[in-house]
Amino acid sequence: MSRPYAKLPAWIDFGLIPLLNLVIAFAVAGLVVLMVGESPIAAARLMLQGAFGYGEGFGFTLYYTTNFIFTGLAVAVAFHAGLFNIGGEGQAYVGGLGVGLVSLVLDRLVPWWVTLPFAILGGFLFGALWALIPAWLQARRGSHIVITTIMFNFIAASLMVYLLVGPLKPVGSMNPQSRTLEAGAQLPKLDGLFAAFGADLGGAPLNITLFLALIAAFLVWLLIFRTRLGYELRTLGFSPPAARYAGMSQTRLIVIAMTISGGLAGLMALNPVIGDQYRVQIDLAAGAGFVGIAVALMGRAHPAGIIPAALLFGVLYQGGAELAFEMPSISRDMIVIIQGLVILFAGALENMLRPAVGGAYRRLRLPATQTLPVEEAT
Amino acid sequence: MADPAIELIGIDKRFGAVHANKDIHLTVEKGTIHGIVGENGAGKSTMMSILYGFYQADGGEIRVGGKRVEITDPNAAIAAGIGMVHQHFMLVHNMSVVENVMLGAEQSPLLNAGIGKVRRELKRLEDEHGLEVDPDALIEDLPVGLQQRVEILKALYRGADILILDEPTGVLTPAEAGHLFEVLMQLRDEGKTIVLITHKLREIMAVTDAVSVMRRGEIVATRRTAETTVGELAELMVGRRVLLQVDKEAAAPGAVTLSVKNLTVEDIRGYRAVDAVSLDVRAGEIVGIAGVAGNGQSELLEALSGLRTATAGTMRLAGRDFDLTAETDPAALRRLGLAHVPEDRHHMGLVLPFEENENGVLGYQREARYSRGPLLDRDAMRRDAQAKIADYDIRPPDCRLKTANFSGGNQQKIVLAREMERDPDILLIGQPTRGVDVGAIEFIHRRIVAMRDAGKAILLVSVELDEIRALSDRILVMFAGRIVGERPPTASEAELGLLMAGIEDREAAE
Repeated sequence: MSRPYAKLPAWIDFGLIPLLNLVIAFAVAGLVVLMVGESPIAAARLMLQGAFGYGEGFGFTLYYTTNFIFTGLAVAVAFHAGLFNIGGEGQAYVGGLGVGLVSLVLDRLVPWWVTLPFAILGGFLFGALWALIPAWLQARRGSHIVITTIMFNFIAASLMVYLLVGPLKPVGSMNPQSRTLEAGAQLPKLDGLFAAFGADLGGAPLNITLFLALIAAFLVWLLIFRTRLGYELRTLGFSPPAARYAGMSQTRLIVIAMTISGGLAGLMALNPVIGDQYRVQIDLAAGAGFVGIAVALMGRAHPAGIIPAALLFGVLYQGGAELAFEMPSISRDMIVIIQGLVILFAGALENMLRPAVGGAYRRLRLPATQTLPVEEAT
Repeated sequence: MADPAIELIGIDKRFGAVHANKDIHLTVEKGTIHGIVGENGAGKSTMMSILYGFYQADGGEIRVGGKRVEITDPNAAIAAGIGMVHQHFMLVHNMSVVENVMLGAEQSPLLNAGIGKVRRELKRLEDEHGLEVDPDALIEDLPVGLQQRVEILKALYRGADILILDEPTGVLTPAEAGHLFEVLMQLRDEGKTIVLITHKLREIMAVTDAVSVMRRGEIVATRRTAETTVGELAELMVGRRVLLQVDKEAAAPGAVTLSVKNLTVEDIRGYRAVDAVSLDVRAGEIVGIAGVAGNGQSELLEALSGLRTATAGTMRLAGRDFDLTAETDPAALRRLGLAHVPEDRHHMGLVLPFEENENGVLGYQREARYSRGPLLDRDAMRRDAQAKIADYDIRPPDCRLKTANFSGGNQQKIVLAREMERDPDILLIGQPTRGVDVGAIEFIHRRIVAMRDAGKAILLVSVELDEIRALSDRILVMFAGRIVGERPPTASEAELGLLMAGIEDREAAE
């Protein structure tokens, strides 16, 4: 009897299959590069060179990775509770407002390490607030959260433009952005760390937010897989009737899951606002909210998967930018195509190869051991 | 004699471990109404779905009008002259009758020609069979009885000579049902063949010419309706399994633990699933609710465990009164000593992707013994799970295994172990042995009796009459949402069967 979804060892499930998916994605992307008359090998080399080849490039890669870890975690937390939060972009954007407001108040008064905890709080609260309204509408009114979070992205964009051309803009300035933050709201760069390894960070904006992202990943793991609350969120995500049976309040869990999700998205804004640009500006989330969806899908909503997935997209972002710069016939849009292919094969079609790989594994393994792996009864 | 309208020869169908249809042989004569009775899960719907092409049989042969046919999908069934009226109507509510009848048989991209044809046909069907309905009415404006008529018209429009009706009266008022039967008898007199699937024996007696009884995936008997009685059918339906023998002493009932007064539960359509039910369960007794599935037992359990809000009724538990029309928190009831083994373990009682030990605390996850601050104490959970695994002989004995990988019987034991080991004062238990193998059944029954002997109150709901009789100290029979009688467990199967069929005294059946 064929068992296409029988149990496979973890190294196949979490190692080999994602790797094969990536290979296919890049093979198809290579065909696209071939079609515009460039060498796929040269393009791949340029991309890797741009992402890893020198200190500044790697710094940018990790800078983007930081953003994607936060937004990937945001999507993952909601996902465990059975909610699809498409609003990471808007939550990160509004989170930037929270980070910015706190920093605008404190940057001339205290050193950065005093500002940072307040900025974290501000970003988290504003992002959470932006997710709270769709959450409440879902829990109490049944308005579908996919729709409402998408709509809130647009509302966030309009609100931020209004604030940045109005109240937040310094008098006399022509630019739609806040005033520049001073030393009290500028996070340290990681050039010292790079120098310790003999690399030069150059102008890359990589800063200590990376470590905050890694800490957040650990805390999310702890929350989802080790706490009572996480247990209840997963119960709701897998089976709403079981959650009801167990006496868990669906309203409460939806609101909590979305609050944490939005808050994590809001934290992403730390990176551009007080880590790189030192101001609140138009489109500060720059698409990271949407990339977070792909990162969470690829990372199977597990922090241990989200970090490498975020790194992969960091490579695609940074390496892709270099590639577009070095090969004029490859435009910025083609990089988006490559990213799309990765999402397609590694996310949407993640189980495409599974039956074949599983079959091959069993054929290779069975003659060697002459025993059937014990299949659990279903 | 003419070839029979339908012959099923050796039809066999499995869904994984479930043998839904076992070597079915069925002959339906032309121009008759043939009833198929059986409890929910007896395999009636599977058999008809095979005949209508929703499922493919694993083995066997279908003949229509004496000719062998391959029914690969519903279109093939329609081509063979078979039409089906589903239990849940397949109508588009915001379209008119004409549009619904035409749906899927439009014939051309422009609808005019099709509409004209449908109108003519509807007129003809109305003249011939008296199936009157306003062709321009929207479905949503029609009463349920007429919606069903539209379904019948759809089948006839497609040239059906054989009509299958799946539980057609489930949604109808008695008057509408009477109307339907008149229509069916008229269609039969005009030469159509009708297969009527139901679990209501009265309907069978009222309209059918012949009746086949299904039980556990088999056809156990076929009778001419004129030559059988409700009593015989009830017995055949419920079956005479080898009587389960459970050794138990006489009960020593104590004080009333759970008292329910005047409970009424309505479903979304306003249909009374539970109708003014009052009952008491005392400490140290097992009260069994017998009844054919779908007579309100599930809703009763859900209302008592806080999963469903009632329209009327109160409950007294652990010295506290609950108004069941308000939302009741299942967790609060649990803390007051009410445990619930739900009928639907797959969706409600367990989270299948969880590890076994995670399911061991479902509903109790906030208790101090599983907690270390805000964290779950995984060591405690696993120790606890491993102890229950040993105690309940759950196999494989691995508390880290995904729950979906346990067999049905072992999954049931996981739920039972969780709920029984809490030492509740009252245990609500629904279908304790559904899908469980014989060895595990015995074990589960012994556990239930042991709980009773420890002075706990147990309310048992099961569609297995043998189980009810073997375990209960008192049997309440539920029919159409009401408790229609109380009997001691010594009452005969036939007597209980009649009560379950809604016939309150024997004379009425003869």
